[in-house]
Amino acid sequence: MLTDHLFRHESGKMVAVLTRIFGLTNISTAEDIVQDAFAQALKEWSFKIPPNPSAWLMMTAKNKAIDVLRRERLKQNYEQEAAYELSSQYFSIPIIENLFMQNEIRDSQLRMIFACCHPALSEPDQIAFTLKICSGFSIEEIAGALLLNTDTVKKRIQRARKLITDKSIKFDIPAGAELKRRLDIVLHSIYLLFNEGYNSGNKDNLIRKDLCEEAIRLAIMLTENKYIAQPKCYALLSLMCMLAARFDSRLSPEGEIILLAEQDRSIWSKELIDIGLDYLNRSSAGDEITDYHIEAAIAAEHCIAPKFSDTNWKRILVLYDMLKNVNASPVVLLNRAIVIGKIDGAKKALEEIKKIPELEKYLKSNYLFSAVLGEVYFQLNDFQQAQIHFESALKLTKSDAEKKLIEKKIKRLSRY
Amino acid sequence: MKQFLLLFRGRDTDPQASPEEMQAQMQKWFTWIGGLAEEKKYVTGNPLEDSGKTVSGTRKVVTDGPFAEGKEMLGGYILIKVENYDEAVAIANNCPILDSDTGSVEVREVRVIPDP
Repeated sequence: MLTDHLFRHESGKMVAVLTRIFGLTNISTAEDIVQDAFAQALKEWSFKIPPNPSAWLMMTAKNKAIDVLRRERLKQNYEQEAAYELSSQYFSIPIIENLFMQNEIRDSQLRMIFACCHPALSEPDQIAFTLKICSGFSIEEIAGALLLNTDTVKKRIQRARKLITDKSIKFDIPAGAELKRRLDIVLHSIYLLFNEGYNSGNKDNLIRKDLCEEAIRLAIMLTENKYIAQPKCYALLSLMCMLAARFDSRLSPEGEIILLAEQDRSIWSKELIDIGLDYLNRSSAGDEITDYHIEAAIAAEHCIAPKFSDTNWKRILVLYDMLKNVNASPVVLLNRAIVIGKIDGAKKALEEIKKIPELEKYLKSNYLFSAVLGEVYFQLNDFQQAQIHFESALKLTKSDAEKKLIEKKIKRLSRY
Repeated sequence: MKQFLLLFRGRDTDPQASPEEMQAQMQKWFTWIGGLAEEKKYVTGNPLEDSGKTVSGTRKVVTDGPFAEGKEMLGGYILIKVENYDEAVAIANNCPILDSDTGSVEVREVRVIPDP
């Protein structure tokens, strides 16, 4: 038996190490070697699994890389750092051996995360490219996971490959002020990846979970380097763990959304909550407070409430006020309004929602705004307005689960 | 009990298969061969390298190859110990190489020459 996703994870590792040898411009050479190593594994392992599959794959990749170097002598295109030594046949083997040492492998993987989340790439391209290169997903798997067609994914990957070559992006881990700026982008990209899994309309639960786990795995990798492991990395990890803890309770077996109030808290993962709380503790070092810190603290409040009625809404409102100061996005303001509703009633919530700048625009583009407004009007016994907003929400969402939820709410209106 | 040689030809995975797909395919082989071993029907087996040499004719000409087409390429074999052809064929039926239309399994009984 092999561990789940072993090949996928090893693929990311091997491509990263091989890219240290061949350079980002030759990333496809690295990918071909990895593909070749898997093909060989498939043939040989079927009869007998090696005692250490990861080490076998790495060694095979290394030998194949040495073969390619001898055969093709891509000297002028080598990654600059290794170029000098690699230009001499005599020195190349020890250099390559060294790159396959455990700590160098990890270093290469981090370089790869920074390359895939380079600011020259657009966010959608970053996510697709990260999944392809760091996570070993195929084009079809990315398309399936992100609910895109394969042509779109292909284009994104091609664009990313081209940009990485054209802009001569360095294959390194940034330092100093550059690290701060680049790390923010990496964290943002990882969080977007997580949300693709957590909130997507994909009906396949396993695929969605996969994306969440991938995001967490990449974030953990960041924390394994002492320069990169900044408090905000732990804050993001904490947030993702505590959201992931509730993953299974959010959908019914029939694929209907179960709201927080009705979720079965006994199936929340105690283990993930504890890990999340531990990360939250570690995130409190230093004096930078990011959205991730506050959102993790909010998630923690929900996670530690034994029942919905035990939720400490006042404390959550304090956190939302803080979040509003850091990032007053419309969704944050909407969520804050819901919390105010829990404390002071629906009338207050409605007042807060109406204060959201450009509300009309969001009511027309994001189902969440109409759905929340519909619910607030329902609580205020304004069934006509509730109906209008629920129907508008229904038109705005493509997700079946969300549609079912809204339809249920509309059906409930007919009783009044 | 009789012994049968099962020869696998062709490839069961796409050259462009993703790591996840290849791992899933490998899992099928583990299950298949592991199952035979558990039932004490598996004797031995090995994969074969793609490249090779052929020595032919009275002049014993050595050539590189076989450069067979993908679907004719002999990729490996196993030796099994079962009651009869029907059982051997039934086992071959579950071979993962048959996940591809180009895959095939040749089933041959090993003829035992009795001691004089």
